[in-house]
Amino acid sequence: MTSTTSDQDLFAGQGEEPAEGTVYTAMGGDWDDIVTEQHDRGDERIVVNMGPQHPSTHGVLRLILELDGETVTELRSSIGHLHTGIEKNTEFRTWTQAVAFITRADYVMPLHNELAYVLSVEKLLEIEDQITERTKIIRVMMAEWMRIASHLVALGTGGMELGATTIMTVGFREREKIMDVFEAITGLRMNHAYIRPGGVANDLPDHGLQLLKDTLKSIKKQMPELSKLANANPIVKSRLVGVGHLDLTACMALGVTGPILRAAGYDYDLRKALPYSGYEDYEFDIPVRDEGDSYARFRNRIDEMWESVRIIDQCVARLEETQGQRVMIDDPKIAWPAQLSIGSDGQGNSNEHLKHIMGQSMESLIHHFKLVTEGFRVPPGQAYVPTESAKGELGAHVVSDGGTKPFRVHLRDPSFHHLQALPALSEGGMIADVVVNIATIDPVLGGVDR
Amino acid sequence: MSDPSTPKNTPRDDSNGQQPGKDAEETKDKVPSTPPDATPEGGPEERADLEPTPTGPGSAQGPEILAVRDGMFGVKGTPDTSGYGRLRRVIEFPGPSQRPYGSWYDAAIDRIAALMPNAGQVITRVVIDRGDLTLHVAREHLLALVKNLRDDAQLRFEFFSGVSGVHYPTDTGRELHAVYHLGSMTHNRRLRLEVSAPDSDPHIPSVVSVYPGADWHERETFDMFGLIFDGHPHLTRILMPDDWPGHPQRKDYPLGGIDVEYKGARIPSPENRRSYN
Repeated sequence: MTSTTSDQDLFAGQGEEPAEGTVYTAMGGDWDDIVTEQHDRGDERIVVNMGPQHPSTHGVLRLILELDGETVTELRSSIGHLHTGIEKNTEFRTWTQAVAFITRADYVMPLHNELAYVLSVEKLLEIEDQITERTKIIRVMMAEWMRIASHLVALGTGGMELGATTIMTVGFREREKIMDVFEAITGLRMNHAYIRPGGVANDLPDHGLQLLKDTLKSIKKQMPELSKLANANPIVKSRLVGVGHLDLTACMALGVTGPILRAAGYDYDLRKALPYSGYEDYEFDIPVRDEGDSYARFRNRIDEMWESVRIIDQCVARLEETQGQRVMIDDPKIAWPAQLSIGSDGQGNSNEHLKHIMGQSMESLIHHFKLVTEGFRVPPGQAYVPTESAKGELGAHVVSDGGTKPFRVHLRDPSFHHLQALPALSEGGMIADVVVNIATIDPVLGGVDR
Repeated sequence: MSDPSTPKNTPRDDSNGQQPGKDAEETKDKVPSTPPDATPEGGPEERADLEPTPTGPGSAQGPEILAVRDGMFGVKGTPDTSGYGRLRRVIEFPGPSQRPYGSWYDAAIDRIAALMPNAGQVITRVVIDRGDLTLHVAREHLLALVKNLRDDAQLRFEFFSGVSGVHYPTDTGRELHAVYHLGSMTHNRRLRLEVSAPDSDPHIPSVVSVYPGADWHERETFDMFGLIFDGHPHLTRILMPDDWPGHPQRKDYPLGGIDVEYKGARIPSPENRRSYN
């Protein structure tokens, strides 16, 4: 193919009637050929393929744009380029191992994926009441750090796509501090597999509380730079204000949640509406704006980060009070047998535990072996616990057939759902605004394609 | 650490010399976790309960039986030296609930009955499990029901969260299930609808006309399970390539993968590893 058009219908199946007229393949081609073709047509209509490798499509998202001059008349998204079969894979692993797959879905908010899945599994096991207080506090704290980190990526990459690289460098600089916190607590910067059925993998390290306090202090001091740079910046405002308008009616019709819905004037937040992991015990506000445009979404994300900082402040105080509490359920049939610890090479079994099972107690070794290789059984049934992730409603529909592996896991990913709104945001606007619209929807293709 | 190559297969003799001890532990671990009426030693009254309802579509009353499994370690075709070969586990899904359902459930179901005179045919089963309400819906009435669920002020399930397919190969006559999660932001409620279709006729009406956000979710369910949503504006594959054969999330579709050799040991691909189900 040297051209974007063809007289033959390449997409007609065997025995199907080929489409009449010109077929747009949008497969790319030589620019001169396209210009020649366009010259013969006499109108401004052109079909352009954007992606899947375009840097401002946030991963491998492919868009097919029909343009009239610089105005987008139609937009269709094509996804699936990053489909890795995460849901299918979990059906062949134990309930605990599945966390390591789920965490890789939306890789910008791995802990939110884990939390959504684990809450559903715990509901199936009916052990929600046995989750310790400290576990819940750690989960909330990690989820809020994750929200800030995810929003910083959304704002940072969004800024970069507008050409505002300083917003990106500030965003990633602040995110790096959070990554350091994650690395100290979970051993990894991403794909943590930290939140597990029954609790979390390990407690904070010895210097954990101090690290949290230092990071909070540093974030509070330096994150305002982002707002100072962007909020009143005339260039940012001219690119964002009034662009990508999605009003409340459209949000409700399309089932849009999260920061996009709240930027359209509805203060719906699952942390308040259907609290989980003890969110009802924290004091925080839900930032709302009425404009429903890209600028409102941008500003709302900044405000949400400060609410998250507020929650983490409360978490740190509570973590101080609950030192010494278990971070895993007190049920040897479910709890991971090893006390994990963070070594120089990442997360692993603690030396004391290895000494115990290898040298002292045969029964402990058997117990460890059984739970690690076979796993635990989950009573048959299904559960779906909606959670408020950084991007909107995230939940895992988990079905068990009573076995040691999930029967079916389906992630309801907010990015997948919200990308459906992209034509509604973009059609009729300028092609340059498509990039802004993608950035303020904030899709992550790992979650979209799973 | 987890070593998937280590066999738990009792008949096989290998470097692991602790078989008897392991078996004793397995007894301790396993027996309480299986339902008491699943073992052959179960009381006669439970057994009488179970025998007349074999594998198949759940009866109107009592729990829905998904499958009956024999043995313990998934070993087939080798002599039963462990003694667990006679274990029998019945996989029961939560059965229909009886009134009063509690919470807001009674009022909502009464409201549906008031709006739809044929509610008895629309809702085939009401299951309340772990505090969640699931309505099993006859597929031909799905569209009318969701319209009422969305539009009626007392119900007002305006939020469509998603549809997720589940393939139950043993549920003869209703192998493919579509599970819808709806939300009411107005009343702060959550509802699950479950619709099933036989493998031979995998058709379910599309709800895109009521919930536009269902578009991609239905395409994904079609892509992964082969469920055809009648009335969908353009039901094409979404995650898999257009020319992909088969529907990957179905239970008869293999996971794939190859064996891996590591330090002389051969580690089977995930789907060929020992299954404890």
